[in-house]
Amino acid sequence: MIFRGLVWRFGNDINTDAIIPARYLNTSDPEELAKHVMENMDKDFPRKVKTGDIIVAGKNFGCGSSREHAPVAIKAAGIQAVIAKSFARIFYRNAFNIGLPIFESSEASEKIKEKDEIEIDADNGIIKNLTTGEEYKAHPIPSFMQELIAAGGLVEWTKKKLET
Amino acid sequence: MTITEKILAVHSGREEIMPGDLINAKVDLILANDITAPIAISEFKKIGAKNVFDKNRIVLVPDHFAPQKDIKAAEQCKMLREFSKEYQLSLYFEVGRMGIEHALLPEEGLVVPGDLIIGADSHTCTYGALGAFSTGVGSTDVAVAMATGECWFKVPESIKCIYYGRLNKWVGGKDLILYTIGDIGVDGALYRAMEFEGETIRTLPMYGRLTMCNMAIEAGGKNGIIVPDEITESYVKERAKRPYAFYTSDNSAQYVKIREYDCSKIPLTVSCPHLPSNVRPAAELFEIYIDQVVVGSCTNGRLEDLREAAMIIKGRKVNPHVRMIVIPATQKIYRQAMKEGLLDIFIEAEAVVSTPTCGPCLGGHMGILAKGERAIATTNRNFVGRMGHPESEVYLSNPAVAAASAVLGRIGIPEELGL
Repeated sequence: MIFRGLVWRFGNDINTDAIIPARYLNTSDPEELAKHVMENMDKDFPRKVKTGDIIVAGKNFGCGSSREHAPVAIKAAGIQAVIAKSFARIFYRNAFNIGLPIFESSEASEKIKEKDEIEIDADNGIIKNLTTGEEYKAHPIPSFMQELIAAGGLVEWTKKKLET
Repeated sequence: MTITEKILAVHSGREEIMPGDLINAKVDLILANDITAPIAISEFKKIGAKNVFDKNRIVLVPDHFAPQKDIKAAEQCKMLREFSKEYQLSLYFEVGRMGIEHALLPEEGLVVPGDLIIGADSHTCTYGALGAFSTGVGSTDVAVAMATGECWFKVPESIKCIYYGRLNKWVGGKDLILYTIGDIGVDGALYRAMEFEGETIRTLPMYGRLTMCNMAIEAGGKNGIIVPDEITESYVKERAKRPYAFYTSDNSAQYVKIREYDCSKIPLTVSCPHLPSNVRPAAELFEIYIDQVVVGSCTNGRLEDLREAAMIIKGRKVNPHVRMIVIPATQKIYRQAMKEGLLDIFIEAEAVVSTPTCGPCLGGHMGILAKGERAIATTNRNFVGRMGHPESEVYLSNPAVAAASAVLGRIGIPEELGL
């Protein structure tokens, strides 16, 4: 899988209240949630973000609550992938479970700038910065996670398991 | 092996287990609330399972936006009620019987030592205080577990935090955990188990242990855990609804990091905006004026927390520039606080007492901050906009500091009131 898009930059410890404030959690409708994504960080972000964009952040992205609404809001806003130095563990699980591709890369997290155009080669764990010509390595996605993704997420994977 | 590894091994049918191993484990109990259960329920229906794996091991608690704060929240709560009816779940807690989930489940004896528990709420790590492995997951994980009774895990490495020395006056579990998060950072335990031990922990009452394990997630931890002892035994023996097992960590258990803390040097501690790791001694923050005080939440809404706040506020008045909101975490706590006269003390002091709810902790309802307002709260997170407007601020403390601050109108400590 290849993901190509323009970058939005965020810092360290971006928490789930920043990604989707709890005041909007009285719904789980993805489109509604997308209207408020990252609003606590930048109130205009939901209007500025475009389908196919990519988020690049620092360490511990998605820390805080277990709300699955966080990766759901990001995905529904059209963001096709998130790159960070590291992810909080519940967010990491949730992202894979709902089919939002995420990549851990210290190099990419440090060097990629806002508005850079990048290309992620998910199969080989390579991130190319088309703006600067640089290339970074990402952690390969663990094999059991690839199984989940290939099945279309945890629910589809379980469905298959229950059928057999 | 560590206690965490042993519990995971037993639940995955293995004798030995190593950090990094991927396991599929049986869960003893699954939890979700009015925010996370609606997604879990709709994903569960997509799986096509005919039934839940066990109608007596799924707990649904409407506590975040309940009593239902608006129509949308009411619709979400209704989904829990209807799902519980449809699948005859025995552990649905309606308003009037419910409480904040992480105070309610230990109180009701629904979580016991040796358990493996998952919950679609990040503070599910609270039950580690009882010597259980307990961790937060997402709604999809809960949906699958409701169908299969299983969940996959990567066995975490463990960090050991050792506490020794005598606690200073009014210093408790909240101060120890805030101080620890300040030391290791909000990702200091990322993906890892945090095991709390040492002579200070061995004498720390259960409510303080629950507070500490509750906030393991604030250091990025997968779980917080304390090896069970006599304090655990006396807490669970009259509550436990199921048989339980005590596990310990072997002397040969491996830890990737060991931190030691001399508790005699830990002061009353406050977390400043906008990260729990941003800690300062309360005594250095006397210039911080406040608009609101919240005593409650899954972190510090237990009876002993209310007693502590009442001891400070008794015979005094909440500062005229401050609103103080006290939220007993469960109906039982509420009732006991009433019997002991605590509610009377709060009301006499001109604080309000709310029905159990997570409410303001996550900016839901019952005490939302306006632009530029500032609160000190016994809650667990002080992220941007956590309690309301993105330009409001939250300081985190223990109940005694919160109550003293309510009287003083600024961050303060009991000593200033001669206590």
